[in-house]
Amino acid sequence: MSTPVSPLGSVLAGQAPEVSISRDLVKRGLFAAPVVVLGGFIADSGAGAASAAFALALVLLNFSLAAGLIAITAPISLGLMMGAILFGYIARLGLITVAVLLVKDLSWVSIPVLGGAIIVTHLGLLFWEMKYVAASLAFPGTKPNKPYLTKSRPPDKHQAKD
Amino acid sequence: MEALSLLVAAEPIVKDPNSVGGGLTALGAGLAYGFAAIGPALGIGNLVGKSVEAMARQPEAAGMVRTTMFLGIAFTEALALIGFVVFILLKFA
Repeated sequence: MSTPVSPLGSVLAGQAPEVSISRDLVKRGLFAAPVVVLGGFIADSGAGAASAAFALALVLLNFSLAAGLIAITAPISLGLMMGAILFGYIARLGLITVAVLLVKDLSWVSIPVLGGAIIVTHLGLLFWEMKYVAASLAFPGTKPNKPYLTKSRPPDKHQAKD
Repeated sequence: MEALSLLVAAEPIVKDPNSVGGGLTALGAGLAYGFAAIGPALGIGNLVGKSVEAMARQPEAAGMVRTTMFLGIAFTEALALIGFVVFILLKFA
């Protein structure tokens, strides 16, 4: 008779997909940074621009921390990963709160722009990334990093022979 | 229109931390953040629990599950961030 194995004791080996997702998110965030800062500038001039940039930095740091926690703990045990995600959630919310509380009274901070930019950049980047991830999970052939999309295209197998 | 003028008239009272209005605003801000954090916490717990179960059952699908799990966590966390933004707007704006 085989002994039951606890799923929490299992270990995940191999590459961490969340690290590549968060790296993607950071790239997209840096790519969108001028637009975010411009939006902040339009909303509340210099203070708005600085607040929007600060919000974007907070969101990107938040994504990176979340991915890092999972990537570090998953190879150790799934139970540890679960704990790290749940306590990491509280810790990251706390970090964001502390970061905002530290800067709230500074002259270059506009609280409404900071709050709005946190939500807009967080959701915007996620939807942007999800569009790519959802498509590539459902249809793996649509992944843009397939070598035949960037190099020479292989001959079509279903092509009618002459 | 009358309600708007009442709100505008009440603003100094709400801003004053020693008044009843200021206290109620602080209470509202705290409740908004607290309640907004409870829901996503339950959601993330459920999401990660199910994901761990799925990964233990089908280790070959772990990559796909982890990808979906990470995005799910981030989306769920957005709800808490909305609560946090309501908190800072009520308290500091």
